[in-house]
Amino acid sequence: MSQLNAVEARHAVKAFGQGDNAVRALNDVSVEIRKGEFFTLLGPSGCGKTTLLRLIAGFEMPTSGTILLEGADITYLPPNKRPVNTVFQSYALFPHLTVAQNIGFGLEMQGRPKAEVKATVDRMLALVKLEAMAGRKTSQLSGGQQQRVALARALAPSPKVLLLDEPLSALDLKLRREMQSELKRLQTETGITFIFVTHDQEEALTMSDRIGVMSAGKLQQVGTPREIYTRPLNRFVASFIGETNFVPATSDGSTLTVAGGYQMPAPAATKSGAVTVTVRPEQVKLTPTAEPGTLPATVRGVVYMGTDMNYQLHLADGTEIEACVVSDVTGEAALAAGQTVGVTFTPGSLQVLED
Amino acid sequence: MAIKTFSVSTLPGFTATAVIVFVALYLPILTLVAYSFNASQSVAIWGGFSWDWYIKAWNNDAVKDATVRSLLIAVCAAVISTAVATMAALGTTRRKAFKGQTFIYVMINQPLMVPEIVTAVSLLILFGMVKQVTGIQGIGYVIFAHAAFCIPFAYLPIRARLEGMDLTLETAAADLYASPWQTFRHVTLPILLPGVIAGAMLAFVISLDDVVITEFTKSGGQDTLPTYMLGQMRRQLTPEINAISSMLLALTIVLLTAFFLLTRKND
Repeated sequence: MSQLNAVEARHAVKAFGQGDNAVRALNDVSVEIRKGEFFTLLGPSGCGKTTLLRLIAGFEMPTSGTILLEGADITYLPPNKRPVNTVFQSYALFPHLTVAQNIGFGLEMQGRPKAEVKATVDRMLALVKLEAMAGRKTSQLSGGQQQRVALARALAPSPKVLLLDEPLSALDLKLRREMQSELKRLQTETGITFIFVTHDQEEALTMSDRIGVMSAGKLQQVGTPREIYTRPLNRFVASFIGETNFVPATSDGSTLTVAGGYQMPAPAATKSGAVTVTVRPEQVKLTPTAEPGTLPATVRGVVYMGTDMNYQLHLADGTEIEACVVSDVTGEAALAAGQTVGVTFTPGSLQVLED
Repeated sequence: MAIKTFSVSTLPGFTATAVIVFVALYLPILTLVAYSFNASQSVAIWGGFSWDWYIKAWNNDAVKDATVRSLLIAVCAAVISTAVATMAALGTTRRKAFKGQTFIYVMINQPLMVPEIVTAVSLLILFGMVKQVTGIQGIGYVIFAHAAFCIPFAYLPIRARLEGMDLTLETAAADLYASPWQTFRHVTLPILLPGVIAGAMLAFVISLDDVVITEFTKSGGQDTLPTYMLGQMRRQLTPEINAISSMLLALTIVLLTAFFLLTRKND
């Protein structure tokens, strides 16, 4: 039911350039973003995530396709007529206005009464904890404070959807962590639908209700962080999010033979023939000897990572995989390089990829 | 140890050259100002301190008349050229780079490149034709000529200001429900204002100072301060000229200082 969707893109195509030189920044993207959710568009730079955001904001018009806001067609509506606000990557704060004037700008332009503007601005200042800075010029603020002004400015007119274009990329790690939980808090408190664009997979996993992974102008997979991480549909999604292993396998429809040895029941609807499976390093289990029912492997290298111990393994069929084991109290490696070990996988952790 | 890099200040004769250059630049002006307080009739022989020449100049009706005309022309030329230059600057910067952009820049800055005397002669001929056909006389011709050659001087600081302005700001304004006109009125123009004022002041000073084009385009009885002074040179030279020059200099210094402060505040 489309009434539940805050934003919907239907077969959105955006081409830049003409004729043979045209580049499709968006290539037939359809997505439904639900009301009140924290939705993240995740992908490497140039994947089309910002273009999709700009179509929703109205800064660009699609070459073809439709953009709906709460069921209404807004494809060709100019940005000032859309109840959608944006937090820009560069913040784009107005340098000639004070913090309070910046936050009140949208309401002023809508022609709201002065008293209402003031009340909303005060509420927003409190929400982002910048009451003391109301009269300052934005250039007198730190990066993190500017970020919060940009957020308050975009939230003040109570938009139906808030668009965030990599807003945390200019902040250092510590501030970024703080702002992540701040953003999540603001989203919960205001109940506004957030569409967040990032190339940072960790950010996407920790903040989002759902993630849309994009690559080469296409939406690769949409799902909850858990679904995206544990059930990646294809090689791109699996490798873009977290560390992973790709292992060749064969399937007869009911049984999966992994790396020429390890057998397990094939998940439903697995095609017969050669397939690729993916498994996260932390789901690879090691036994000190190659017991029956395990895949024999040679330890190639051991890397101490603090909380974890990382083993590089060479399987009998030539595949290289990594295993990640929680370090014990001494931090000593339980297994040494050159040793032959047995490899198994946590039941259900193997994911058969579509391609 | 710091790495030695090439520095002009280590070249032999650097200090001497610098001193000579500054003396050549400022000694004439200092002499001019000093002799404006000369009590003697001569512009070259010192005869004691006096305000006489300032009082004489102040009470000289021809000087008053020329000053009023100079200011009128300069204000009109500054306003017209700044308005045109602002539109030109908006048209050439608030958009993606386009074909022929450099050509447009060169076209706008024509008065900086064409010798002034050529412009002056061509205006003389053109205005002569227009006057013949229409019969219209008046100061309008001089104002028109000044406004035209002031455009690049107003255009350059405005364009510099616009180029330093983030294009995203206008996108942000549109995102926050501002119509295109509101965006211009509440975002572009206020941010642009120091550039506009700087451009207007530069245009004003340039117009105030002009001799060549004014001399060729003015009619009888339309002397501006510089052309009046030029006329005086042909007769008897008194320190009154120094006094007028010093006052012009003071006005220019005030305006250029304000211009400097305004453009510096940009960053």
